[in-house]
Amino acid sequence: MKISNLFTSSGEWARNDGPHHQIVISSRVRLARNLRGRPFPGWAKKVDRLAILEEIKPEVQGLSELGDCYSEYLQDLSALEKQVLVERHLISREHAAKGVGSAVIVNKRQTLSIMINEEDHLRMQVIRSGLQLKNAFRLVDRVDSGLEARVDYAFHPELGYLTACPTNVGTGMRASAMIHLPALVLSEQINPVIQAVNKIGLAVRGLYGEGTEAMGNLFQISNQTTLGEKEEEIITRLNKVIEQIIGHEQNAREMLLQKKPGMVLDHIGRGYGILCHAYSMSSKEALNLLSFLKLGVDLGHFPEECQRAIDELFILTQPAHLQRASQQKLAPEERDALRAEIIRDKLKEFPKPDSSKAAPQEEPPKEDNHDE
Amino acid sequence: MVCDVCKSNPATVFLTQIVEGKMQKVNLCETCSNEKGVSDPTGFALADLLLGIGAAEELEKGAVVQRCPACGFSQTDFKKTGRLGCSVCYDTFAEGLSSLIKAMHKGTTHVGKIPARLMRTLELSARSKQLQRDLEQAVSDENYEQAAQLRDQLRELESQT
Repeated sequence: MKISNLFTSSGEWARNDGPHHQIVISSRVRLARNLRGRPFPGWAKKVDRLAILEEIKPEVQGLSELGDCYSEYLQDLSALEKQVLVERHLISREHAAKGVGSAVIVNKRQTLSIMINEEDHLRMQVIRSGLQLKNAFRLVDRVDSGLEARVDYAFHPELGYLTACPTNVGTGMRASAMIHLPALVLSEQINPVIQAVNKIGLAVRGLYGEGTEAMGNLFQISNQTTLGEKEEEIITRLNKVIEQIIGHEQNAREMLLQKKPGMVLDHIGRGYGILCHAYSMSSKEALNLLSFLKLGVDLGHFPEECQRAIDELFILTQPAHLQRASQQKLAPEERDALRAEIIRDKLKEFPKPDSSKAAPQEEPPKEDNHDE
Repeated sequence: MVCDVCKSNPATVFLTQIVEGKMQKVNLCETCSNEKGVSDPTGFALADLLLGIGAAEELEKGAVVQRCPACGFSQTDFKKTGRLGCSVCYDTFAEGLSSLIKAMHKGTTHVGKIPARLMRTLELSARSKQLQRDLEQAVSDENYEQAAQLRDQLRELESQT
């Protein structure tokens, strides 16, 4: 199937109905694998890369876990289409820069994506809504086991799976969760939290991974190390830390409501006001304001049905999604105008924030056993 | 004193550089010093000037540039990109990599998943080595009956691999 068919529907993870969905947007687990005795993509010559691609691609497409899937060579995708895939977290920014000799394969539910010849020969990723790291790992592990029977992996008895970058060697696994922490940001507790998380060997990054800014109070937490620990141990450790952060965020929300209710109301109200009436809006401003609207839903100032519209806007207002919707390349000012229009339109049906309907907070986190 | 490079104009720029305890001196005229970019001391090496660009780097490394026999990747390439050339590079540059890996990760040995196919190979090779040792022992003990049994087991194992 052509990947252009994928763009008409949003991914399953974006439905935001997984466990702890109020705070955890999505969970991702990716594995890096390489073929034995073949040069890594960054060092391989074009002929080698093409040969590796043609060797791997049919094997990947034959995987039962994939089912119906979209598959595309990178050179056949426009810059805009690649960017849409990046905004949906289906390919990395690095992969979007690739052309001849690379490919991407995505399942129909958009939960599983496989990049061929990114930094490694194979990067397989599962993305799920809410906090579902264990489920995500289980699926990507199955895919990996299916594939290892078909291709010969580069594996070292001591170092484990060999990767182009030594930072991924061992399990080749990077697990991460995207979390929404408006109250920790508002109460200025976010920096100590980030420092504490860094200290225990986990990384905190912005919306699109390494080197990106944290916008819309969204943060990505992931494991930093890949060697010397079992996959399950890494996942469990990460899961525990994320549950603690969820707890901190919930506490911060309660504290804010008790001590500075006016400030919370002001942020939600202003967010709503500006989003409803602006005629030009950058994607950064949109994300930051939508974050307060999302907080408003979590706190019960908007009916729960509004959640869906906000989640859609988080994705639809990203630059590439906007341009795809308008079917043309837009200058930044045109984009900002269109973004404001789409938001105004969507929020027409939205009731005004009503703090009298404020709902009690989500239950404190329990173990992540909400399995399939 | 004339310029060391063009050998015609009078030298007005006098350079002294100490590399690994050896002092090198070069005298240049103004035109040549500008051409060689001497005004920027950071991007400049005397050896480059006298022996051609890139010479200093070669000298620094000595005559041997270690390259991966499988893919031709060198340590200089790794310094540039931070990525390795192929899976064999991990053995080729094992010495230099081990401290890097130690600093990066929680441990130095993989304890996670092993490809099922390899697990079998790893097990079989361990068992075959054990049988080989037992066989040698049996032969040296002149226990030929046991040696014959072990030999058969080894043959069977080899037929599996």
